Amino acid sequence: MKFTKLLATAAVALGMATTAMAQDKTKVGFVYVGPVGDGGWTYEHDQARKAVVEEFGDKVETVYVESVPEGADAERVMSQMALQGADLIFTTSFGYMDPTINVAKKFPDVKFEHATGYKRADNVSTYSARFYEGRAIQGTIAGHMTDSNIVGYIGSFPIPEVIRGINSAFIHARKVNPDVEFKIVWAYTWFDPAKEADAAKVLIEQGADVIMQHTDSTAPLAAAEAAGDIIGFGQASDMAEFKDGPRVSSIIDDWAPYYIDRVKAVMDGTWESKDTWDGIGPGMVGIGEITDRVPADVKAEALALKEKIASGEYHPFTGPINKQDGSVWLEEGDVADDGTLLGMDFYVEGIEGKIPE
Amino acid sequence: MDFSAINPALLLASLLVAATPILIAGIGELVVERAGVLNLGVEGMMITGAVTGFIVTIETGSPFLGFLAACAGGAALSFLFAVLTQLALANQVASGLALTLFGLGLSSLMGQGYVGLKPPASPKLDLPLISDIPFFGTVLFSHDAVVYFGFALVACVWATLKFTRVGLVLRAVGENHDAAHALGYKVVRMRILAILFGGACAGLGGAYISLIRVPQWTEGMTAGAGWIALALVVFASWKPWRVLLGAWLFGGVTVLQLNLQAAGFAIPVEYLSMSPYIITIVVLVIMSADKSRAPASLGRPFHASS
Repeated sequence: MKFTKLLATAAVALGMATTAMAQDKTKVGFVYVGPVGDGGWTYEHDQARKAVVEEFGDKVETVYVESVPEGADAERVMSQMALQGADLIFTTSFGYMDPTINVAKKFPDVKFEHATGYKRADNVSTYSARFYEGRAIQGTIAGHMTDSNIVGYIGSFPIPEVIRGINSAFIHARKVNPDVEFKIVWAYTWFDPAKEADAAKVLIEQGADVIMQHTDSTAPLAAAEAAGDIIGFGQASDMAEFKDGPRVSSIIDDWAPYYIDRVKAVMDGTWESKDTWDGIGPGMVGIGEITDRVPADVKAEALALKEKIASGEYHPFTGPINKQDGSVWLEEGDVADDGTLLGMDFYVEGIEGKIPE
Repeated sequence: MDFSAINPALLLASLLVAATPILIAGIGELVVERAGVLNLGVEGMMITGAVTGFIVTIETGSPFLGFLAACAGGAALSFLFAVLTQLALANQVASGLALTLFGLGLSSLMGQGYVGLKPPASPKLDLPLISDIPFFGTVLFSHDAVVYFGFALVACVWATLKFTRVGLVLRAVGENHDAAHALGYKVVRMRILAILFGGACAGLGGAYISLIRVPQWTEGMTAGAGWIALALVVFASWKPWRVLLGAWLFGGVTVLQLNLQAAGFAIPVEYLSMSPYIITIVVLVIMSADKSRAPASLGRPFHASS
């Protein structure tokens, strides 16, 4: 009798302790589109998650789910996280936009942060990085470095973010090399190493000697290395393991300061729905070390461009720029507004081919 | 639009490379299904093979040992499936799906320390003289050994199933395990051996992706190739040469559509992108209009007492 009572008391005490603990901790969920070991996009988001854990220690509990397909499955994962008591959920891919909005409606008390989208609600913020600033620097390097004047570009999906990157890279490649052409291949996936490698190989076979990618894995760099004498760039992450091979620079997404900031806001009760779009200046976009394969003068030019973009002196989309059909988009000296950039659905003049609809 | 940019010889050569993983995994699964077992774990066995092959190649420096280890890795995982379904009589569909999930998790655990490493290049089987023949040399005679092995494997499986006693027994087990048992054939033993063979093939196919096609290790890198191999077996109506045809079609159209895109061909990209799936299915479905059908005991559990 006594023993059972003891057990029961212990159980109650234990139960209370867990509830108390659950209240203390801020629970943060992360929904990833690829595996954390992709070496690119998802890897960087997970690094930022770890930074959150390091910053807040016991006060925070994080959960994440990898390789969640964009679509109905994502809604299930987010709902599950919300039901398990998450206070804040980061959904880290463009295709989670509608699922995030749908789930957010069902859980008004849970805060959501959606990466790279444009739909917001009272409990849904959006955030993204101005990757196109980094693309301008890559384009400059690519324009100088290509001998065949063909740059191969592996796109994922034809969404504004990717099109912006292509346009920015192209404009700056053309600035330093009027003969450069872009060959663009759409992989229709964010993460499929075999397909990404195939795409890189095809572009190389068709004469490209610079490969740019907007997909998440390091496979295009591996393919470039196997083909020899090809250069490429790290995407989303430094991809430093290819430094002695094809990788000459990289765009690095640094989400950690933002994630820490937002988790803190939830803890303090000051969280508000807002839209964040930061670039090189605030540090959300980093430029990985430019290797010695790039001649010193090109490197200096690229770094100077980086400084000018960081200080706000130069905007990568500064007129005169025409659209692909020859119509004027930006007059001399005009700068693109964020609204147009966010919805960008056209190529600039000089790029061949059509954007898939 | 610039067709001259597409080099037909390189196109056909990369077709063979793109087709090899699903071809090898598919032919393994064909043997398993002809023995009357439905193993949906191909994806899991492929990724396990991809990682074990990669690890062993990095550690020993020998791609050959890597491929052997990949076979062993795939077979080891499939042995788990064999124990579950043949000895414990677990549901094959559920066990197969579990095997895929298990394989994906296990491989990412095993591969932790190997992300970003580069495997030593697998030597190409550059045959002197004939690999210098214009066009045919590039298309047919300048590949790595695994491509030829895949082709030989199809021929062997076809010949074994059709002409040998062991092939006949295997088919008997797959068509009617009660009758095969009544005749004194060891149904469970035959099936376990078939499952192991299928696992080894899937592992080899996976390692081909991580060691030659990409080449590197990334979590989840097979990205659905196992499911394509599974579908291929069904659409090929369980016939080895049709698996080969389907794999070439699928690999070929995949590479072709990328080439057409890069050359700026004026077909909308969304159609090009789905073309490998559609063309492969349509062709194989049309071909399967004859009387071919699934092995009669496919997916049914067997116990000698029943």
